[in-house]
Amino acid sequence: MSAVIHASDLTKVFGKSIAVDHISFDVQKGEIFGFLGPNGAGKTTSTRMLTGVIPPDTGTATILGYDIRSEPVLAKQGFGVVPETSNAYADLTAWQNLMLMGELYGLPRTRAEQRSSDLLGMVGLLERKDQKVQAYSKGMKQRLILAMALIHEPELLFLDEPTSGLDVQSTIMILSLLRDLNKQGTTIFLTTHNMEEANRLCHRVGIIRAGKMVAIDAPEKLKTAIDRVHKIEVSFDRKIPDNTLAGLEGVMTVNRTGDKWQITTQNKDATIHSLAAFSQKNSAAIVTLNTLAPSLDEAFLRLTQETQP
Amino acid sequence: MNPAGFSVQIRRAWVIAKKDIRIYYIKGPVLIFGVFMPLFMFLAFLMGGRQLPLSFLVSGLVGMTLFFTATAVSPAIFPWEGQAKTLERLASCPVTVEAIVFGDMIASTLFGIGITIITVIIGLVLGLSLLHGIMMLTAILLAAVCFSAVGMLLAVPPTNVPSNIMMLSSLIKFPLVFISGIFIPLEQMPPWGLALAVLTPLTYFTDLVRYAFTDIHYFPILIDIAALGVFTMVFTVVTMFLHKRTMPQRM
Repeated sequence: MSAVIHASDLTKVFGKSIAVDHISFDVQKGEIFGFLGPNGAGKTTSTRMLTGVIPPDTGTATILGYDIRSEPVLAKQGFGVVPETSNAYADLTAWQNLMLMGELYGLPRTRAEQRSSDLLGMVGLLERKDQKVQAYSKGMKQRLILAMALIHEPELLFLDEPTSGLDVQSTIMILSLLRDLNKQGTTIFLTTHNMEEANRLCHRVGIIRAGKMVAIDAPEKLKTAIDRVHKIEVSFDRKIPDNTLAGLEGVMTVNRTGDKWQITTQNKDATIHSLAAFSQKNSAAIVTLNTLAPSLDEAFLRLTQETQP
Repeated sequence: MNPAGFSVQIRRAWVIAKKDIRIYYIKGPVLIFGVFMPLFMFLAFLMGGRQLPLSFLVSGLVGMTLFFTATAVSPAIFPWEGQAKTLERLASCPVTVEAIVFGDMIASTLFGIGITIITVIIGLVLGLSLLHGIMMLTAILLAAVCFSAVGMLLAVPPTNVPSNIMMLSSLIKFPLVFISGIFIPLEQMPPWGLALAVLTPLTYFTDLVRYAFTDIHYFPILIDIAALGVFTMVFTVVTMFLHKRTMPQRM
């Protein structure tokens, strides 16, 4: 795999405040990369540096093999951007906005018309293509700017909070489109607050706090990595005497909740094996066995709070 | 074709110009302002009781019209687009800052030329004759580009509040009208007035228009054209350079 985004030591300072502090990371071709962080952590500033909207104070970013500072036009030709706030021209119709984008990306007129028609159909706006954007709802505007970002079939798509404040219908439509685009080979850089969205969509996530990258990994690895103590929930088809599970290998504590046992362990694998052996030895069939990993929200909160000054 | 190449960027500047014309220029209030603002100033001086010939006043009207129309909207486009976040969209598209500025200049140049031609026709209807038509067209074209660059130069301060820029713009534009030989012939100006007049491109344009209508001019024609050309080049280069520096501060 090759890096579609290569950020190295990116730094941005506004006055006395360091908005982005020497962050470095790669995003591989075909990946959906989630960029998470609390408000004011530096997500949007980082995205703006990566998309060439503002220059970094130090550091470099290579997008699709082009340095965003020295070859911005070549880099921008290959990616699309969906910002958090809709920035389609409100005085133009959806069709005119798409044609404008088509012309700015150098598409031949017939190709731009074909793409515009296809994309408006895809985002469910074809019937309202001749209506001025100022009359659109927030969800419609967001779907339109996604279509505008896709007009030139970009290899890479930057999205900044694409579903923030949207209705369920628009959210589902946008997330489904992103999955489809990724299946077709589009690399996606997604900035989001929504942990569930990141958890379901992203192959890897990067967490930024106070301008610094505090973690980059696959969501599942990130969730398990933050806790050295794991939780396992188990239930059997018959009553198990208290304290019998406490002596099993790897078990640290045992708590009964209803018909289930909640076990904490430092060695998940060994404990599951010993539970299986216990079940066999005592002829107590396992009814349910769940490993309770922390949610991405918990991982996010832990990672963003741990480093708080 | 290289998207960063000169010809591609010129084409994209034209796309931006078409967008500007559609969104900002073909609007009733803008057109009305473009025609009526210089017309009312002209009428104020015509009725002011000064014994100036009509040809002098119409030449001034043409000068004012082009100056006001070519600088009417362009200073506010960046603040408007900054406020609406559409400037961020343009900045993330494969167009250079120079192409964006040039696109805005093309739109304001065409708007200025269109309205000014109407003023020239008004002059002809009032009984003036066009003695040097080609010179008039050359002067209008050159000055329209020059004044568009002035308009873009006024937009350099990186504010996204259009009223701030419009106030600054009026503060600079109105005094220029009074020192450019529009209401007071250059021949009647005191030396200090003349020293100021040579510093503004509007002086040379008005001199050329007067020449086109009456065959009378203050500066040699070649000096008028050369001065307009130099002002145009300097303003264009400076405005592009400064916008490139201030653009990130608008985001």
